[in-house]
Parts: sequence; C-alpha cells; structure tokens
Amino acid sequence: MPFAKKPQVFNASINELTIGTGDKAVTLGGQNVYNLYTFDAPIANRPKVGLEISDNGCDIPAALFAGVDCPVERAKKAAALDCVDFLCIRFDGADPNGENKSVEECVELAKKIADTVDKPLVIAGCKNIEKDSELFTKMSEALQGKNILILSAKEENYKGVAASAGLAYGQKVGAESAVDINLAKQLNVLITQMGVNGKNVAMNVGSAAAGYGFEYVASTMERVKAAALGQNDAALQMPIVTPVGAEAWSVKEAMASAEDMPEWGDQETRGIAMEVETAAACLAYGSDAVILKHPSSAETIARLIAALM
Amino acid sequence: MALKGLDIFKLTPKTNCKDCGNPTCMAFAMKVAQGAIGLDKCPHMSAEALAALSDATAPPMKSLQVGDHKLGGETVLSRHEKTFVSKSLYAVHVCDCMDAAAQDAAIAAIPAVDYERISERMYVEMVYVGHSHEKSAEDYAALVGKVKGLGRTLVLGCTDVEAAKAALAAAAGCDVILNGANEDNYAEMSALATEAKIILGVRAASIDALHATVEKLEAAGNKNLILDVGTENVKDAYAAAIQIRRAALKDGDRSFGYPSIVNVAALAKGDRHLEDALVALFTCKYGSIIVTSSMDYARALPLYGLRQNIFTDPQKPMKVTPGIYPLNGADENAVCCLTVDFALTYFVVSGELERCGVPVNFLITDAGGLSVLTAWAAGKLSASSIAKFFEEQDIAGKIKNRTLIIPGKVAVLKGEIEAKLPDWNIVVGTNEAIQIVNFMKQYKQ
Repeated sequence: MPFAKKPQVFNASINELTIGTGDKAVTLGGQNVYNLYTFDAPIANRPKVGLEISDNGCDIPAALFAGVDCPVERAKKAAALDCVDFLCIRFDGADPNGENKSVEECVELAKKIADTVDKPLVIAGCKNIEKDSELFTKMSEALQGKNILILSAKEENYKGVAASAGLAYGQKVGAESAVDINLAKQLNVLITQMGVNGKNVAMNVGSAAAGYGFEYVASTMERVKAAALGQNDAALQMPIVTPVGAEAWSVKEAMASAEDMPEWGDQETRGIAMEVETAAACLAYGSDAVILKHPSSAETIARLIAALM
Repeated sequence: MALKGLDIFKLTPKTNCKDCGNPTCMAFAMKVAQGAIGLDKCPHMSAEALAALSDATAPPMKSLQVGDHKLGGETVLSRHEKTFVSKSLYAVHVCDCMDAAAQDAAIAAIPAVDYERISERMYVEMVYVGHSHEKSAEDYAALVGKVKGLGRTLVLGCTDVEAAKAALAAAAGCDVILNGANEDNYAEMSALATEAKIILGVRAASIDALHATVEKLEAAGNKNLILDVGTENVKDAYAAAIQIRRAALKDGDRSFGYPSIVNVAALAKGDRHLEDALVALFTCKYGSIIVTSSMDYARALPLYGLRQNIFTDPQKPMKVTPGIYPLNGADENAVCCLTVDFALTYFVVSGELERCGVPVNFLITDAGGLSVLTAWAAGKLSASSIAKFFEEQDIAGKIKNRTLIIPGKVAVLKGEIEAKLPDWNIVVGTNEAIQIVNFMKQYKQ
C-alpha cells in the first residue's frame, strides 16, 4: 500500500495581524495549518523575527552594538539587518526601581526611533504594572498612525492599555498571560469585550528559556493552536509573539562568564545557542513571531525559517 | 488501537457454527471487540485473519532497544496528551572522509560533555560513524575500531554492503545500529542486520520511496527498523519527520510506525548556529536519534535542558535532591535561604541568588516536588518538615550562620519555625523570584 498523505488542513485559521506601515509592514499569522507545516498547505506569512533594543545600554556581548550607547543608533543598526522584520524597543530604564526615566523621556526616544527607522515597532515596558500602563498610553498616542504593537496588556492593567492602545489610538494590543491556555483565553475575551477587535490583538502566552520550565510553554502553545484551529475557537486565534531573547539571556548558561565557567567555553557562543535553541523550539510549538536580542541569533532564525518555507 | 466489532466480523468464517459458544459470528465478533473473550475461542479463524488482527491490536509505533537505550513506542503526538516515553538521543558524527587528525580530535571531544541535571546523566549517547565511497572497507573498519573505545552505541552510516560487513566485524561487542538500507541494497543490508540481530536504518529518495522500501523489508520479515528522514534539505527532512510520526500515530500506518533518525550535521552544512537551531527543532518534533557534527557545552546546555523539559512526565513534577547547595562561594558563615525541591523553583531561585552575588547556603527541603504554595497547602512544607530537614541534614552542625530566609509566600510559618528552631533568626524573604536580587542586596547592607 503506497504512503497515503493526509494533510491536516483546518477549516479555521490564525488571524492575520499587520504591524507597521508602508512596504516594510509585516503580517503575522493567517495559516490554516500548524506552524511550519508547509507540507499540509502553503503558508502565506512565514513566522517573523524581531530584534530587541533596550533604552538602557546593550547588556549582551554583540559586536554590532558594542560601544554604541545611543539607543537610536542601535535601532538604526538593527533595522538595517535584512533578517530583522521588526524592532522591539524595551524601556527597561522606565522601571521605578531602576533608573526611573520619565514617561516623556521614553516617548521622546520612541518618537526619534520611529522617525529614524522604517521597520515596524513593538513597544515593550519595564514590567512595572503602573508605570507600563502610563507608558503604553502615552506611546500609543505619540506614535499614532505608526501601527505599533504594545507588549503588553496583562490581567492587572489590560483595561487601561486596551482602551488607549486598542480603542483610542488604533494600535495593536499584545495580551500577555502566564503559560496557561485558560488565562490566555480569558484575557483575550476580556480585551475583546471592551470593544477591541480581536483581529487587532496578538498574544504572548509566556516564555521560558530551554531547560527552565519550557514544557509549560510548549504545551500551552500546542494547546492554544489546537483549540484555535481544531475547534475554531475565535478567542485563541490571535497570532503568538514570543519574547525569547529576554529569557534566554538571563539564565546562567548564557550569562556566566568564561572565567567563571572555563569548561563551558565562550559566553557569546553559549548565549546565542541558548537563544536560537529556545527560539527554534518556540517556532515548532506555535510562535508566529519571536523577539531576539543577538543579531547572530536573528540571522540564524531567519535562515531556519527560510529553510523551512 | 481499538478495533470495531464489524472489522473483526469481516475476518470470521461467518458460518454461525456456534463452536465458540456464541449464537452467531457477529455476536462473537462483538464480544471480542469488547475484550470479553479472546480470538482463540473460534477454532475456524484462518491464519491470515489472525495475523491481520494481531497486527491491528499491536501498538502504533514499535519500541526498540539498543543497549540501554530505548527508541520509539510513542502513542501521542503532543506531550500534553500523554507522556512521551523515549527521549531523543544524540549522536556525534565522525567520518572516514576526515583526515586522521580530525577523526582523533572529534573522537577525543565526545566525552567532554558529561554532567548531571536533575538526576539525569547528560552526555552523547551515540557515535554516528559515516562511510564515504572514496574510502575502502578497511579504512572504515579501522575508524570503527577507533571509535569503539568510547563505549558508546555506534550508528554505522554506510550503504556499501562490503564496508558494512567489515565495520560490523570491527564493532563486535558494541551496541550497533546499521543505518544503511536504501532502495537498491535493502535485501542484502536486511540480511546483514538480521544475522547480526541489530536495528536497520532505512533511507530513500522520497517519503513515498521510503514507505515502499519499508514495505519490502517488512514483507521480508524485518520489522527491526529505524527511518532516516533524509539529508537533502531541511524542509523535506522536517516534513518527513512529522509526516512519518503522524501517519503512524494518527492514521494507523504501520509501515511508518518506527523511530526516526535525523542527520542535522548534514542538513546544517557547517553553519554552527543553524545546527543549534536544528537540533532543538528536531528534538521538539520527532527525531528519535539526532546526529550532530559536534557536542560542546554551548550546544548541550540548552539542548539537554530542553529535552528534559519536553520528555518529562506531565503528571510527575521534576525534583531536585534535597540538601545544602552553597552558591557564590558560600561557606559555613553564609546566610541560609530555604525553598522547596520543585525543579523549576530550584532553577529560578538559584539563578536569581547567583545573580545577586551574595554568598548563600541554598537549602532545598523535600516537599514532594511541589511548588512553595502547593507544598504548604498539601502540608509538605511546614515548620515540622523544615525542622525535620534541619535535623536530618545536620544543618546546625554544618553551618555556623544562624539566619534563615524563608519564601515570602509562607510568611505565615515564621512563628512556628521560630518555635521549632529557637536558635535561628527567621527572616521572611520575597514573594517572587524576580525580587530576590534587590532583596539580597538590601539585606546585605
């Protein structure tokens, strides 16, 4: 009996979500098969690669950014890379427990970057709930018309973020939940109940570095995609955007110096390996976009995606 | 796989002879389907019917064993459905096409990665010994002889029958897989593998040709197989890995019900970081044996962690061994921080403690592998359990410092612990791991 191909094509699909404007705009999602399963049906929008720039200095060993203190300059260098589909500006400096930069200062920087680069922008906060809410509101207002993605609205502050970014200023809203399909769905439902069109929402269903509880990330993503496609669950059909770099570059396998761990070898190689291995696993399980920190990681993942399409 | 009564009925003699004790063949078939009676109750079943039925009731994917390693036997495509039973195994590629110095260097580097992570030994389980057609059977056998000394399972990547014979002779005494059958040589290779009682790897130019070749091997009686997903390009290899596994588990295609082998060393074509990405990708999606060009710590640390995560039993928490873990060069005078033995808690908290730079004696108590709040709620993290842990581990004898920091989430235990451990100054720590660095820095001041 010859091999009978049985393509697993679903009657539902992941929402298409476009960020940015003009010919550099990128579209996530849209597929009616599992991630990367091009052998089941053609996938119009390949998964996308974002590169993360912090408003503080660059905290990883990367030649491209070495000695470049100005975040605008770093953004320019990152945006010039062909492998980079969009930029993620992370405002670490806004953290009240850190440098506590004012919202105005952060918005000023974001505007400068938006005026300098033509690739789509994702705005990430400092993880302080109150500060982020204020930051995201002002960012959404200042960058109106740029079609940015706000990363992210959480259970604690989704009302403010969704109202400003999603409703008042027409930006895209990232809904962040902690590795649980039910929490992810609940947040999407709450945000759409406020009147935000579900087609303008992306999800960050949680991330972890390989070896650090990644099984929860894997299973959450797999179950989300299975429900979105297999059961046509509209509350889970948002594309998944996963910030991989921030997780990968915070574990000791990536951050321990070669002096401290001589048998582990060069730190940069280790960090990139942690980042690309985690990112490849995220893509296998369901990420429609990954956000990375090292330019070599971005290049590698772009090559991986190209090889699979 | 569950069989329907009607499927069984079709294979009965349909004579309603009642020899089985049932009024009709249909009634008999229904009872067999329910598992109420065995097929052997019917004395008139043909041999073909019995073979077909025993095939249909066999597991969808073969379980194979090579040495101490298990391959295949999976029943689900996703880990949340049920546990994966056989983790991906890694092999490092050496080839007789390398010059002698390169061969020696590659072989010497294989034992370098060997460490333990949450009670699991992390090392390169196998060596893939490749044969190039420019080299002689003697060259190949000589390389096999050299690699043999490592004591790892050998995968012989060789489609030349004579070279394979020489290599098998040289590998005598080792656990071996012969990855050598293709559309042209499968009959001879199968004879070789069957005689040596080893697993035979099968490759073909396309997934359809692979299926056809496997069917021919099965017809010849060889069901001790492993399927090579191909080395032509990444896209086809990934498609094959998924389609093979899905056909076996979802669509019941027995001819694809075998473990797979993926040669990412060949797919990555020397691109180091692309190879990192590919080993991870094929660990997630269905590589049973994954062949890499090399294994160093940079590649191994994330990879083995990922594998441990993916292949862990979703119903069983991963536990670390209870005890004292000195961090940042801590000695007996360093402060003690206590938490539970849930592996994720251990990794997150120890990572943050290491980042804070303060010497700490990190104490892991036995809480049944549960997280802090869950363990507390289940009564597995209490003042008594902590006091018992202190006594068993002789903490007071081993550590001179008398300050103990407990997780913020069990602040409620402070009073009871003070009562049980009167010599100790109990400090309530943070609720979340991300607050630890700040907390410890302030605490130090």
